[in-house]
Amino acid sequence: MKSEATIFERSRTNRAAGAQVPEAGSLADIPSRFLRESAPLLPEVSELQAIRHYTNLSHQNFAIDRNFYPLGSCTMKYNPRGTHRAASQPGFLNRHPLTPVGVSQGTLECLFELQEILTIVTGMDAVSLAPMAGAQGELAGLLMIRAYHQSRGDEDRDEIIVPTAAHGTNPATATMCGYKATEIRVGADGDVDLDHLRQLVGPKTAGIMLTNPSTCAVFERQIVEMSQIVHDAGGLLYYDGANLNAILGKVCPGDMGFDVLHLNLHKTFATPHGGGGPGAGPVAVNGRLVPFLPIPIVGQRNGQFEWFGEEEIPKTIGTLSAFMGNVGILIRALAYSMMLGRNGMNRVADFATLNANYLAMELERAGFKLAYPTRKATHEFLITLDEEAKQFGVRAMDFAKRLLDFDIHAPTTYFPLLVPECFLIEPTETETKEQLDEFVKAMMQIRAEAETDPRMLTEAPHHQFKKRLDEVKAARELDLVWKPDSD
Amino acid sequence: MTNAPSDVKYTNTHEWARIDEDQRVVVGISDYAQNALGDVVYVELPEIGIEVSASQEAGVVESVKAASDIYAPVSGSIVAANEELENAPELLNTDPYGDGWIFVIQPHDTGELNALLDAESYVEFCESEDEGH
Repeated sequence: MKSEATIFERSRTNRAAGAQVPEAGSLADIPSRFLRESAPLLPEVSELQAIRHYTNLSHQNFAIDRNFYPLGSCTMKYNPRGTHRAASQPGFLNRHPLTPVGVSQGTLECLFELQEILTIVTGMDAVSLAPMAGAQGELAGLLMIRAYHQSRGDEDRDEIIVPTAAHGTNPATATMCGYKATEIRVGADGDVDLDHLRQLVGPKTAGIMLTNPSTCAVFERQIVEMSQIVHDAGGLLYYDGANLNAILGKVCPGDMGFDVLHLNLHKTFATPHGGGGPGAGPVAVNGRLVPFLPIPIVGQRNGQFEWFGEEEIPKTIGTLSAFMGNVGILIRALAYSMMLGRNGMNRVADFATLNANYLAMELERAGFKLAYPTRKATHEFLITLDEEAKQFGVRAMDFAKRLLDFDIHAPTTYFPLLVPECFLIEPTETETKEQLDEFVKAMMQIRAEAETDPRMLTEAPHHQFKKRLDEVKAARELDLVWKPDSD
Repeated sequence: MTNAPSDVKYTNTHEWARIDEDQRVVVGISDYAQNALGDVVYVELPEIGIEVSASQEAGVVESVKAASDIYAPVSGSIVAANEELENAPELLNTDPYGDGWIFVIQPHDTGELNALLDAESYVEFCESEDEGH
């Protein structure tokens, strides 16, 4: 492998890529208190060195464009090239956020159409595209729930209910919004414990946050009853859209009784994912929350598309970014939606669930244990490697590391934690049967190794550019900033 | 099987509670819990002086796998927290019932301890949790 020197270590004084050096501008109009006293610490390398450095780094990436990536609950699906091409047109790319609406009608129309499509596909009444990620969508959603209760003078509701197996962002968002997160139990079949829900709800309940299909990878069958219980208690229902892939075009969260939801466009609508974004987490709401939507929203007035802000939506929870979310991502999601069309969206759910169920059955046939064997898989499913751990002394993490040697990204491990030694596996709709069979074969071989030569697992990966990393040291002695005097 | 000494009581959220000579309640997480969590990398301790009620969150344990809340086994006020854990969170793995204690509660009513599980019932509970999947 290439030497792992950082770009700073390659630096030599006064070496520079001449062609790339910007013209020295005047600093005269910058107040002196904003000027730094010493030059920033930047690597001084040639253009070719910089190119090689980043190209070599990019080869170390594990990407869906290179290999199978069955990361449960994250929906790492293929991003069709056509959507990139559509969004890369100069009219979109070169548009400054402050361009007047009169000459931005094309972009605004795209955003308007995406709002309409997402409104229909979720079965809600209105959408704001403003949130820049799923977590920000969650924040916006709960802020709207809070604004709703406050607008009714219903000030005492300070609890948000989340299932024990919820995505960690759910209780985090509740806490961030000043709510107390209370946990509701999940039964042995993966459904929420309804009796426990009945005990928990009351005049303190602001709402409940649910993912459906749930984080246990099964469809919450009692959702309509749950909705009734929470609404009867005066609370609202929040839908975490992380797992929408399984039901896209089939079931609307609006029909299940949800009042507000966020979508992860970087999951369900095939926009780029991973590496920290850019994400997009639009929120959709039903009538009672429309007045509180985050701004801006694209509206129509006198035959022209316009940004609607505080003037049109006076009770809004406000803005979430300097301009309008990640517009380039939103354009990709629109292109994806239009490429699929109404029937295509159905087929996403059909094949996402077919692939997951096929893979689940094949793994079960190969002797692996499903966490919820009586339930159908949704777009993903859970297996538990508890038996293998007890028998061979290898853990789910060792299986995960060994899978890397087969050029397969490990599924989500140890989530949800209530299933011991688990893998949450999500193949997505864009994989072939052959690829799924390869995965089963790899898992069988790894289990055979666990029996005969467990070090193949416990010391894995063997064929990657890095061997097993010390995760404990990394977490306890986090050190991310290079300093000139450090070794 | 899991190590569950009989001189402490247990919760079904995997904390242990031991009454000390001053009638205070020392709290930690069980061997079963530390094993399920894996290597602990961070412990968030409760503030000294705060009031907690039984089953209320009083701290957080973070491992390479997950972050988990620690619940107070009984109601009372927090009178001590194990600051050693800030530098050596691994004590939860190496000595969960000893040096890996997390905090101490001055209980309102030591009788609340009676509601907790004894070692035998706790081991049974852990086994049933395992069989759930």
